[in-house]
Formats: sequence, structure tokens, C-alpha cells
Amino acid sequence: MNVGRIGALLSRHLYLYKRSFARLLEIFYWPFLDLIVWGFITIYLAQQGNQLHGAVTFFLGALILWDVLFRAQQGIALSFLEEMWARNLMNLFASPLTVGEYLMATMTMSIFKVTAVGSLMILFALVFYSYDIFVIGLSLVPFIFNLLISGWIIGVLTTSIIMRFGQQAEVLAWGMVFLFQPLSCVFYPMEVLPAFLQKISWIIPPSHIFEGMRSVLLHGEIPTVHVIWATGLNAVYLVGMILWFYHTFSICKERGMLVRVGE
Amino acid sequence: MAQPLVEVRNLTKRFGDFVAVDNISFDIQEGEILGLLGPNGAGKTTTIHMLLGLITPTAGSIRIFGLDLAEHRETILKQVNFSSTYISMPYSLTVEENLRVIARLYGLSNITQQIDDVVKKLDMQEIRGKLTRKLSSGQMSRLTLAKAIMTRPKVLLLDEPTASLDPDITQKIKAFLKEYRRSENLSILYTSHNMREMEEMSDRIIFLQRGSIVAEGTAQQIVERFGQRDLEEVFLKLAREERRI
Repeated sequence: MNVGRIGALLSRHLYLYKRSFARLLEIFYWPFLDLIVWGFITIYLAQQGNQLHGAVTFFLGALILWDVLFRAQQGIALSFLEEMWARNLMNLFASPLTVGEYLMATMTMSIFKVTAVGSLMILFALVFYSYDIFVIGLSLVPFIFNLLISGWIIGVLTTSIIMRFGQQAEVLAWGMVFLFQPLSCVFYPMEVLPAFLQKISWIIPPSHIFEGMRSVLLHGEIPTVHVIWATGLNAVYLVGMILWFYHTFSICKERGMLVRVGE
Repeated sequence: MAQPLVEVRNLTKRFGDFVAVDNISFDIQEGEILGLLGPNGAGKTTTIHMLLGLITPTAGSIRIFGLDLAEHRETILKQVNFSSTYISMPYSLTVEENLRVIARLYGLSNITQQIDDVVKKLDMQEIRGKLTRKLSSGQMSRLTLAKAIMTRPKVLLLDEPTASLDPDITQKIKAFLKEYRRSENLSILYTSHNMREMEEMSDRIIFLQRGSIVAEGTAQQIVERFGQRDLEEVFLKLAREERRI
């Protein structure tokens, strides 16, 4: 793993942000808008009575944590799309850059993105709604770590599909993560799902994180079981997904798709 | 005779039933310019992509600097680069930013100095700070050539580097490449549809047709073998024969 080459790829993406208004919007505007809308919904629900009051405090926390997952996934998938749109994949993969270094660079890029978006959302929530996500306490560390990994897994899956099927699949860069949202139980507890969906939800790592978040807020308990499940599942899926990416990359090279992707 | 820098043996690439490259073998010696000639679809670009590790061959072997490309990709690609009219570079970056990214990818030291050198060599001072999306096709060709030579490759693969360029820029690029090859003792694989350019640039030519090598030698040897007046007539003869098949 060559750090210089990972840095090269990172600098290529950071140069983009330096002068791209659209890319800055992605960091500032959409998360801010999300927070405003959900903030008002939260206030409205809180005004409806004490029964709902406990539940509504989850919403802003859930939204901020969901954005960690969403931006982590986008950090990977959009980085690939940027290369595809710029017809730069040949320049990259005809250089000494390895697939592992490429993945590492996009994962690092997603950390930058999550840090920027997450910090802003935490700040906005505090300023506009007096909502302090740090009430979750130390559990926040494994929560964010696991959501980041889940975002990478979905991002790598999305990238491998785009690489395999080309531009017709690029919409997945925005849509794929939402496929997992209903079963991730972001805004509602797992128990509201039908029994068979609860079983599926159980093997989706983010569902454990959002369950865990509610457990901390409701009972003040550190949700050890959920954290262990999320971490274990993420470890298995991440290794599997990286192997899958290598396999897809190899198929694309065999079929000559790497030089045609984006055409 | 010294060991060739590039050794291609029985290279074949099939995409399903279509045979893009059919059992070809050739060498490139140090400091040699080998021209790869052939009509559209003859397998020139696929061969270049295989030499860059972008397409996996169906059969055969590629050895560069005596090393197997499949096993030593990273080591080999540090010293190989390419340029093509058909590639691009990130449009939202300036010329200099693009060159900086490439320099870091290839692990160059003294990056600013290397960029200064290549910008001067290719007369790119005026466009150094320009956004890549604002470059003309001639300027873009110079940029892709700059990114290729800045890394000081020992083997340079050029896929139609002068296609769609005006004669003035074409002449400048050819003159630059000839001088650069001489000063750096660079080995070059060169493809073009311009027969005069091929005769002028190449020490030796390989003529590809439907993925196979149908002729090999100097331009003069190929012309004599086919009993034609020049390389263009050979090209037309072979291309028309292919269309009749």
C-alpha cells in the first residue's frame, strides 16, 4: 500500500472541491436542508403531546447518524463517478496505482466528507434546535465507526455495479443507500416491522446502530449486544465486499469494460 | 543482441466469439520506435490496453523489462506511460493540478521542478494555470503527452497521438517525440492512421489485420513485399481485401 499514491488520488478530489460550487452544496446545502425539515417535524410532533415527546428526540439524532452512512457511501460511489465522468479511469489504472490503494483513497475521501457534513449538522442542530447529539455519550464512537463501515460496504457495492454496467447504473450512487433505509430502522424501532422483515433487518448492521441509539436515549444503557452485532456483521460484509470488488474489477479487465466505462 | 524492453508472445484476446488480437508476437528494442499499423478494428488499441494492464489477455504473455506484466504490474507501470487522443484528464482541474496528481501517482520527487521542465519542453507555459475543460484539442493532446513524458518512462505507448490535430501541431509533436526519443533513448509503440507519419516516425512497422500480424519490417520492406508504391497503397490494398472478405 503506497501512501503517496493514495494521497495523489485524494488531492485530485480535494482540488475539485476547491472550485466546485455544486460539490460544496453537497456538503453544506443538502444536510442543512434535511436538518431544517426534520427539525420542524420534530418540533411539531413534540407539540402534539407528551406521549410522542420521547420518540421525537430520536429524530434529529437519527438524521445526523443516517447522514454519516449516506455520506460515507457517497464518498466512495461519487469518487468513482467523478473518474468515470472525467474519463480518467484509464489514467489511474494504467499507472502503478493498485485496486487496494484506489479503495483506500475513496474510503479516506469518505471520512473527509463524513467529518465535514457531520460536524456541520451537529453544529446546526445545536444552534437551531438546542439538540446535542453528544447526549448519546461514548456509544457515539462505535455508532459512527460502524455507520462509516456500512457506508463503505454499500459504496463499494454501488461502485462495482456501476463499473460492471456503466453509466446506466450511475443513478445507484444516490439511490442504493435508500434501498437499505426501510430495513435499517432509522426513524422507527425494529419491532414495528413485520416478523419476517425483522429477521432481515437483524442482519443489516445499521439497524443495530439505530436500535442502539434509541436504547441509549430511552434507557441510558450502552447497547453492547447491538454494537457487537453491527461490528461483527460489518467486518464480514466489508471483507466480502472488498473481495467482490476485486472480482468485479478482474471481470471488467477480462471483458475490456474498464477502458469503456463511461462511454 | 540486447534483451528487448518489451516482449510480446502469442498474445490473444477474445471477446466472446470475436477475436480482437490473434496470437501476435513482437519485440520492442531499447530506443526503438515500433509502428502498429492497421485499419479500424485491427486490434491496435486492444494491444496497447493489454500492454498497460487494462485488459487481461486471453492467452499469451507480455514481458516488459524482462518481467511478466501479470506478476509485476506495479514495478513495470512505474516506467511505462501512454498518451492517446481518445483519453482525457479531469476537466475541473487546471493543467498544473492534473500534472501534480500524476506526478504523485508515479512517486516523482521535486514535483514543481518536473512540472516546470515538462511545461517548458512542450511549450505549455500559457496554459499551465488554465482549467482543462477550456483547452483546445491541440492543447489537450499536449497535456496528455506531458503527463506521459513527465514520469520519465522507458517505454511510451502512443495511440494515435496526432489524430484530429492540425498539421502545425502535428509537426511540432512529431518533432518533439523524435528529439525526445533520441535524448532519452526511449522505446515507443506508435499507432496512427497517417501512413506518412508512420513512415517518418517508425524504425519498424507491424501491420495488423483482423487481429493478426500480416506484415512486419521497415516501411520500405513492407512496401516492396506487397509490390506497391508506398505504405498508403499497402494499407488500402489490405483494407479493401478485408472488406471483400
